[in-house]
Amino acid sequence: MNLHEFQAKALLRASGIAVPPGELITGVEDAGAAWARLDCETALIKAQVHSGGRGKAGGVVAVGSAREAEETASRLLGSRLITAQSGPEGLPVDQLLMEPAAAIDREFYFAMLVDRARASIVMVVSAEGGMDIETLARERPQAVVTLPIHPATGVMPFHGRRVARVFGLQGEPARAAGRLVQDAHRLFRSSDVQLLEINPLVLTADRQLLALDAKLAIDDSAAYRQREIFGLRDARQRHEAEERAHEHDLNYIRLDGDIGCMVNGAGLAMATMDLIQHHGGQPANFLDVGGGTTVERVAAAFKLILSDDAVRAVLVNIFGGIVRCDLIAEGIIAAIREVQVQVPVVVRLEGTNAEAGREALARSGLDILAAEDLDEAARAAVEAAA
Amino acid sequence: MSILVDRDTRVICQGFTGRQGTFHSEQAIAYGTRMVGGVTPGKGGQRHLELPVFDTVADAVQEAGAEATMIYVPAAFAADAICEAADAGIELVVCITEGIPVQDMIRVKQYLAQGPTRLIGPNCPGIITPEACKVGIMPGYIHRRGRVGIVSRSGTLTYEAVKQTSDLGLGQSTCIGIGGDPIQGLDFVDCLRLFAEDPETEGVLLVGEIGGEAEEQAAAFIRESFDKPVAAYIAGATAPPGRRMGHAGAIIAGGQGTAAQKIAALRDAGAEIAASPAELGAAMARALG
Repeated sequence: MNLHEFQAKALLRASGIAVPPGELITGVEDAGAAWARLDCETALIKAQVHSGGRGKAGGVVAVGSAREAEETASRLLGSRLITAQSGPEGLPVDQLLMEPAAAIDREFYFAMLVDRARASIVMVVSAEGGMDIETLARERPQAVVTLPIHPATGVMPFHGRRVARVFGLQGEPARAAGRLVQDAHRLFRSSDVQLLEINPLVLTADRQLLALDAKLAIDDSAAYRQREIFGLRDARQRHEAEERAHEHDLNYIRLDGDIGCMVNGAGLAMATMDLIQHHGGQPANFLDVGGGTTVERVAAAFKLILSDDAVRAVLVNIFGGIVRCDLIAEGIIAAIREVQVQVPVVVRLEGTNAEAGREALARSGLDILAAEDLDEAARAAVEAAA
Repeated sequence: MSILVDRDTRVICQGFTGRQGTFHSEQAIAYGTRMVGGVTPGKGGQRHLELPVFDTVADAVQEAGAEATMIYVPAAFAADAICEAADAGIELVVCITEGIPVQDMIRVKQYLAQGPTRLIGPNCPGIITPEACKVGIMPGYIHRRGRVGIVSRSGTLTYEAVKQTSDLGLGQSTCIGIGGDPIQGLDFVDCLRLFAEDPETEGVLLVGEIGGEAEEQAAAFIRESFDKPVAAYIAGATAPPGRRMGHAGAIIAGGQGTAAQKIAALRDAGAEIAASPAELGAAMARALG
């Protein structure tokens, strides 16, 4: 789960990491008072959306008076911000963060994440902050330093010294870098953080280390023990259909094609998408109904797929291991009747009780194309959508 | 022969009396797996499915000679269950549970590094040696004892690989689903090493997916030191970057972990590449010649 910048900064601040003073603006009428409280010459108003590249998209605006603050708030609030990562529909701007513009001496990059190959937490740091880290890693890999943190020891004082060295800091700012590493690691461990990114981390003109921007992603699997943080979830930052999928415990990602897919298992779902493209079609979505799916989830999945107007055919691919195909067939039949499916449906059932499932589909009198083999199913779906 | 489990392996189940544990233990017993009991803390001394229930894994090792365990406890308790099994001297831990927090797995992985216990999973279908021993949630009846070792990051896609190799008459020596999580126990290379030593395994079918570097590492290992024929398929060629495709591990980040890179690495290593998931068995048959 991703957090908003203002939420991430609140968690950083509570962990002892310096962030700029900030005011949250949720209505135009808040802007003037927020400006007065910040009491600065120039402030930045930053749209709170779950996406990078906000600056380039016009989501970060410098203002110099209460009137400018109000004008900017009125323009941004209620709009949708289209960034390089957001997709063409953009993301809703419901909240703004206003902060005094900092006097910046230097900009760094600081991140902490889980390294799957090392099975440990690592820090990724660079003295060249502010730019996109992936571009930097590609163009000047020697400027990006990775420092593993051993799970048995956690952060050691030398980690702080290494980071300070990479940043080229001495004296009090170097010691501040050491404290930052400790504080960030404690937050990372205690809050089941998956990614903590501060970009830029800046050295201000008065020698303070300050987190100017912050991104936090929390491990979804830890929701049961991070209730407070998961209470911060902003459902509006996700596609409506993906949000509904989440409620039904389905894994749904909308894509650009026209063949809706319903598959059990993530690997088989990806493989089914690949097979559709192999035969010249384009998948409209990724949808994993789960390895051990139920009739109810099949029905919910059908509704989700058909909520996408671009869908011109549906391919159902179920390999019933533990789930019985005859039950899945019943779910498919019930769902098609209930939601009045208007597009061709191709169903491939394999595995436990597959024969009975296929018979049930044939008996239903519905316009369902039953395929026995995976290749045949994908081809039929591509033809049906053409 | 086979790898890791055979008809003599003494298997227990952790989370034995729960719904999942009960169902899959029944299935395992029906398949012929040598189940010797199960563990549910607080229910030691009872009997379940005509087998003894133990309070601790240590008791199951001592009193029933348990060698392997399958874990069906909820995610919040899974790290504890894995470490308890390792502490008790279990040789093979198969963790089916999905949704274990990543930071728990960091600690588990660290703990397991201290000893000889092998972990399969978590978030995996398990391991099966056809017609001998089933430790996991896979449908037993699609398997046929035979020549091919299967190792896969997926669940149902593994079943697809199994069914296709069964239909072609190749059959399987042992099939392992290593799971889709970012931090896991055995990886492709570990499994390839074991398959290399097994005379019954004539070739290996490797089913990977986008994300991480496990397939690239497997490719490097195959090129340098694996002599048996290999066929491979990588799922997720059409997945968009930056989106997590169901499995926590299946994400293309910053141009890394793409299907194209993995396929190129495996092809360079001499693996026969299945162009589509409908050709898993055919690619394996071609590789075997």
